[in-house]
Amino acid sequence: MAQVHLRSVVKKYGGLQVVHAINLDIADGEFVVLVGPSGCGKSTTLRMIAGLEDISGGEVLIGDRVVNDLPPRERNLAMVFQNYALYPHMSVRENLGFSLKIAKRSQSEIDRAVDDAAEILSLTPLLDRKPGQLSGGQRQRVAMGRAIVRHPDVFLFDEPLSNLDAKLRTQMRVEIKKLHQRLKSTIVYVTHDQVEAMTLADRIVIMRDGHIEQIGTPLEVFERPNTTFVATFIGSPPMNMLPARVGGGRVVLTDGTAFDIPPGHKVEEGQDVIFGARADNIMPVGHSLPATEHVAEVKMSVQLTEPLGTETLLFAQLAGQEVQAKMLNPRPVASGEVLTFQINLDKCHLFDAETGASLRV
Amino acid sequence: MVTPSIDLPNGLLMTRLKLPPWLVLLLPAILILMAVVLIPLLLSLYSSFTSYRLTRPDSITNWIGTFNYEKAAKDENFWAAFGRTVLFLTIALNLEMLFGLGLALMVSKVTKGQRLLRTVMMFPMMFSPILVGFQFKFIFNDNVGLVNNALQSLGLSSTAIPWLVDGKLALFSIAFAEIWMSTSVFGILILAGLYAIPQDPLEAAKVDGCTSWQSFRFVTLPFLMPFIYIAMAIRSLDVARAYDMVQIMTNGGPARRTELLWTLIGRTGYVDAKMGYANAMGYISIFLAIFFTVYFFKKLTSARAELGMGG
Repeated sequence: MAQVHLRSVVKKYGGLQVVHAINLDIADGEFVVLVGPSGCGKSTTLRMIAGLEDISGGEVLIGDRVVNDLPPRERNLAMVFQNYALYPHMSVRENLGFSLKIAKRSQSEIDRAVDDAAEILSLTPLLDRKPGQLSGGQRQRVAMGRAIVRHPDVFLFDEPLSNLDAKLRTQMRVEIKKLHQRLKSTIVYVTHDQVEAMTLADRIVIMRDGHIEQIGTPLEVFERPNTTFVATFIGSPPMNMLPARVGGGRVVLTDGTAFDIPPGHKVEEGQDVIFGARADNIMPVGHSLPATEHVAEVKMSVQLTEPLGTETLLFAQLAGQEVQAKMLNPRPVASGEVLTFQINLDKCHLFDAETGASLRV
Repeated sequence: MVTPSIDLPNGLLMTRLKLPPWLVLLLPAILILMAVVLIPLLLSLYSSFTSYRLTRPDSITNWIGTFNYEKAAKDENFWAAFGRTVLFLTIALNLEMLFGLGLALMVSKVTKGQRLLRTVMMFPMMFSPILVGFQFKFIFNDNVGLVNNALQSLGLSSTAIPWLVDGKLALFSIAFAEIWMSTSVFGILILAGLYAIPQDPLEAAKVDGCTSWQSFRFVTLPFLMPFIYIAMAIRSLDVARAYDMVQIMTNGGPARRTELLWTLIGRTGYVDAKMGYANAMGYISIFLAIFFTVYFFKKLTSARAELGMGG
């Protein structure tokens, strides 16, 4: 087990810089998820930790060793790839034991490690099959088994679930989480799926265009996003973002609707801001959570509904923009019906309109 | 279909001759195959049981049973040529495979000008084997040849080495020419295999602790095996029928020491005009080619199954 440190790590392809001097400290046994849209540099960062990409600048440390110039085989890592990357000509048993065979361990030791891993991942009945005879989920488990037999310092996962169907993905997510609790090993996990990031991570690292936007626990990044990008990327449905201006000590939307300043924010008179509110914090009166201290009320016309069972998602119009709201204990709502909504200002956000940075203090 | 009228004998005839549609559709193919393959094949098989000599066409009717086959079975020259062909095949194929593999691995690593290099790599294949034979006959000539000239100028040898005269050296020289010409067949096919290898397992192998040699041995090579066997199957047929280059370079000599199956059969059939006997030897030799083809296809099938590519 080991910590991983990235110190001003840079990746360039010729003149194109794809990772911009990122710093990250991962504690021993921590489950860190790198998340971001495609092309944000998250996989490249992971591959630099693995040693599959050269590091153009800065340092990567595993434990207290600088590994910049070490080949992957000397870093004692295990990696699970998006396309499983199994050896197609080897049986499941050989796939699992391959790294130990390369490390010249004794056959009895290999057998024991393989049997253990197969037991953990319920692969025992499949040990003599070839990867071509396995389903996607089974292949994924073999890929994970291949990682765990080695007892590596760090596990790296590169979008391991993105080739699985939705149901299997949920199931494997739980298995990965269980595996982490059991092995208590350091894990760096890359995904573009914010749900995976939220459910799995001890800490989430949100990346965009080769920069780290925010690092925090799932609840931190959900409740206190540093930027508009994080606010819209994390959480489903994405946070409603309404352009506004500070006037008379209130937030004034483009159509003149005004709210109190959400508590905990520092703004200047006349400042252009973006008002952010999640659907969970905009609910029709009578179908909402018990009122909190700071509440704004606003009338909106509902355009469309998406019943989800325990709640209904409402698409309404506010200041010329579509706003998503939630209705608890739902009743049927006709299109065009005007409802009074309560906005829970305690959970709302203000961002600088120019920089996108949070104005929370 | 028109029902034939009893009053019309012609109509009745038509019905009687009416062939099933599948046969009608296949007929052109069957006729062409018969003319091109089947009849010559049967004719040559038949003639191998006669004392057919090209100089006496009427001898084709002289049935002598299995005499030609018995004669071939007891003929030392035939079995020597047979063994030499197997030896030649084994040496040439294995060396071509090794050199082709090395060539492909090197070319695959080249980053600039790879297309040009691939084209250049195929040049030897573009020459007629006869010309290659003449070229190497000159290169290995003991008096005016390049090799001896070079060796003597460099002071590595003071005598003229009889490359094409000494039995062992002559076979080596022919193998050299053969390998020069055909290594690129292996090179190109293996290169195609290298391009087709998925990168993920190779990266997984790196993380799993493999050195570059181990990655090659345990991941790259198993992926390449089907391509190698395809090349082997194609080339074994080619080499098993080797004739032109040998004919030009040594004419099977000196004293039959580079005699391969088809130079022997060719001489027996056309120079000695004993076509019946030559055909008998030819039929025995065919089994050699069939054996190698079947062998390499079996290997290919199992290598593909290993990789989960199905039979």
